[in-house]
Amino acid sequence: MTQVPQAYRILPELLLTLTGVLIMLIEPLMPSGMTRKPIGFLSLAGVIAALIASVWQLSLPSGTAFYGTVQTDAFSVFFHVLICSIVLVALLIAFDVFDGTKERPAEYYALVLFGAMGMCLMTSAVELLLVFISLEISSIATYILAAIRKRSGKSPEAGLKYFLLGSFATAFFLYGIALTFGATGTTNISEVAAALPNSPVPGFASLAVAMILIGLGFKVSAAPFQVWTPDVYEGAPSPVVALMSTGPKVAAFAVLLRLTYGAYPQLQTHWLLLVWIMAALSMTVGNLGALRQHSVKRMLAYSSIAHAGYTLVAFTALSGEGIAAAMFYTATYAAMNIGAFAVISHAGGYDDRLVSVADYRGLAYRSPLLGGALAFFLLSLIGIPFTGGFFGKFYVFTAALHSGEVWLAVIGLVNSGVAAYYYLRLLMSVYGKPSDDAPVQLIPRLKGSLTLALLLTVSATLILGIFPGRILAMARAGAATFTGESAR
Amino acid sequence: MLNDSILTLTTFVPAVGAVVVALLPRQGRIIQWFTLAVALLTFGLTLHLPFHYIYGQPGFQFEIDRAWIPNPAIRYHLGVDGISMWLVVLTGFLAPLGVLASWNAINHRTKEFYFFFLLQQTAMIGVFVSLDMFLYYAFWELTLVPMAIIISMFGRDRGTEAAIKFFVYTFLPSALLLVAIVWLYARTGTFDFVRLQSILAQNTAAFPPQALFWASLAFLVAFAVKVPVFPLHGWLGDVFSEAPTAMAMVVAGKLGLYSILRFNLGLFPAQARQVAPWMVALAVIGILYGALVALVQKDMKRLAAFSTVSSLSFCILGIFCFAVSGLDGAIYQILNEGISVGSLLLLVGFMYERYGTYEIASYGGLAKRTPHLATLFVLTSLSLVGLPLLNGFVGEFLILSGSFAGHEAWVSAATAGVILSAAYMLWMIQRVFYGAESGMVTDVPVTDMSFREHAAVWPIAVLMLLMGVASPIWMRAIDGAAVKLASPAALVHMAVKQ
Repeated sequence: MTQVPQAYRILPELLLTLTGVLIMLIEPLMPSGMTRKPIGFLSLAGVIAALIASVWQLSLPSGTAFYGTVQTDAFSVFFHVLICSIVLVALLIAFDVFDGTKERPAEYYALVLFGAMGMCLMTSAVELLLVFISLEISSIATYILAAIRKRSGKSPEAGLKYFLLGSFATAFFLYGIALTFGATGTTNISEVAAALPNSPVPGFASLAVAMILIGLGFKVSAAPFQVWTPDVYEGAPSPVVALMSTGPKVAAFAVLLRLTYGAYPQLQTHWLLLVWIMAALSMTVGNLGALRQHSVKRMLAYSSIAHAGYTLVAFTALSGEGIAAAMFYTATYAAMNIGAFAVISHAGGYDDRLVSVADYRGLAYRSPLLGGALAFFLLSLIGIPFTGGFFGKFYVFTAALHSGEVWLAVIGLVNSGVAAYYYLRLLMSVYGKPSDDAPVQLIPRLKGSLTLALLLTVSATLILGIFPGRILAMARAGAATFTGESAR
Repeated sequence: MLNDSILTLTTFVPAVGAVVVALLPRQGRIIQWFTLAVALLTFGLTLHLPFHYIYGQPGFQFEIDRAWIPNPAIRYHLGVDGISMWLVVLTGFLAPLGVLASWNAINHRTKEFYFFFLLQQTAMIGVFVSLDMFLYYAFWELTLVPMAIIISMFGRDRGTEAAIKFFVYTFLPSALLLVAIVWLYARTGTFDFVRLQSILAQNTAAFPPQALFWASLAFLVAFAVKVPVFPLHGWLGDVFSEAPTAMAMVVAGKLGLYSILRFNLGLFPAQARQVAPWMVALAVIGILYGALVALVQKDMKRLAAFSTVSSLSFCILGIFCFAVSGLDGAIYQILNEGISVGSLLLLVGFMYERYGTYEIASYGGLAKRTPHLATLFVLTSLSLVGLPLLNGFVGEFLILSGSFAGHEAWVSAATAGVILSAAYMLWMIQRVFYGAESGMVTDVPVTDMSFREHAAVWPIAVLMLLMGVASPIWMRAIDGAAVKLASPAALVHMAVKQ
């Protein structure tokens, strides 16, 4: 077997970083009145290149590089492709939003690219410290992005809240790493797994798993670590929420999968209980919370908590099927959620003109395309057949039932029944008759970039809902490299 | 060749039509004419079934069985038998009438209306022809969406509330249905109805009986809500009074009753017999309760809703007595219910188009103004009441005679429901069409039924008579299925073992 050049293993990350740096260098050279569209195109090109590079990595034999800190395999490629696609859509959503505002869109583009690089690296890192560093890279970028709307009060507040609680959570994660090192004398994931059975202080390892679950639970906004989510989503600009409700979560789920199944398979009984509780709580808290919301963004924030819960249900299956179901679910969740936020971002505009469910009344009348797309994503979030959301839930609960987790499946499905109510409330509002006395909110004309974003997300959700076979096969391939790893 | 693809065609022609509707311009009546053409085409396709059905041959016909998703093994498996064939035809038959009923009633957002109307058509036919549990569930859930959106968009004044109520009412138990379906899959490794049926029939011992019972209950509750069976009928009154005629015509009855016949009796025959006493009791309570509540309704659509609860309970009674003639009657009554209630809603809808109200008290002496409408209304009522020579009689008679043995007390009580139904229907006719003209009828000049309205109701009127005098046409296919349901292989097998 020929040696694969080490740089190939981090090619997508390199491309993203280079594009980001390039943007930072070019932006000051541009005259201040000039449009920042070219930078937008540049960032799009960078992400597309990274996407292609990720797919190309599949042709490499899977293996590690840089002294066993980075690993490319079917698992990492699955998440690389997913994250690059998310970032691509997020860039398209934001493409026109910053026009005519006083913000500096180039900052946005560069930060998104650096964040994307962090997220990608999270999914291929197999060394706990590198995981931590990439987690921080992605988090710091998102903290700033949440606060990017500097001239409104809410955005910096959201950013600060996110930052303070987020740093707290990463501290927990770091404790977890330290304790792992204490228990096993290594921070390399596969070595941790090998050393765990002979650990002189097994109590440390259990504590480490708990700490890591807390840290990552915060990142995926699983209950009881979810409190920040509604406030931050409400305050941050919608295009940013589109990204941060999907990208970092997907990456965090990838890390969670790698750690629970890759590093701590011996401690299954410990983390299984914790994950079980987190899953049940997240679904219940998320859905019950969403029932009481009037603001659409807060409602979707609670909904994203519930969806984190559904994903965690798949973890409890303890099988390759469960891992594949979790991977598949992250993909469907990303497609439908980012799609919903694309609509909200365009309908509400830069300063969130549409806030409450009532504001969306009659959206389908004023813009049939936008209203139809939102309705479609909401149906997918409910889990109606022939949409990705249905298959996602289906695989998750099939995996759980296969492993005998009947109660968790029942809790989850009853929850999804409850969830139908609040999604429907918005859906019915979108299709309801616009009330006569309310002031008519003008919906800006659909731009090409947003149309493309909607087209991508709608078709992704449809493909996941009608022909899920291919994507599930990829997820299974990812899970297989992985169960092979944990079985060793 | 056509026999293989006919079910696929009937199922998806409306969906393709829906996509085309979405692309048509909003001009004149292009969309209406196009939808009518699609509905007629679909109906024509469904008529292929009874003409090429091999009567007397057990099992499913017109089958198509392809792999859809390799893992989990989900197949694209369609087929019809005696239970479902006429339901498919009925669905096809009602669609053009629904379009005619909406011709003037839906005068804004026509594109959205007909798009969802056609989508609903695909979903309903899909429910009847799917033989893969997963595919079935997908269509089952899909039936909710167009219905809810149309009720919300075109409801009278509380459409949104009615739509959400309808959706949540049916969606929650469907979630449990999914648990049960997936649980069966986890146990057997297949979603295929035919294979599941034989697996469940042959080794019931492999399944914990308690778990099987709960699974069958999850199925039953999901379907009972959809029928609706008393006391799960809370959504029906609101939906009937809010939904446009074309949608109210198809919302109740057949989907739920078909599913009970297919799955509760087909997959869980022993468990269905376990719950039978309860279901018989609920059915009789439903018959009497529905009739009594219908008696005091002031609104014609709500009256239709409660009369529907009452007559659908007859079907439940026929099903859960497990006698061949009772099952025959129940399946026949599902068809009757579809056309007779459909006709009633059409006519009430025509009156609403003229006067803008469903309130019985506002009407009076209408027969002199609109003699044709009055005649058809009386005919429809007689069919609903169960007058001999009309379709309703055949169904009700078979149900009552089939279920009498063993349930004497319950069935005697149910017979009172027949009398009550005559009471509320005839009393309504008397108040609306006869007696002194009300102020509204005098003040608002109206014309009798137009050609379009005649075209919508006459096919039903003819069918009511035909089904009343020539029931063997339908019974040929139904009876074979009913015999199988009355003595399923599983029970025979169990009896042999004991």
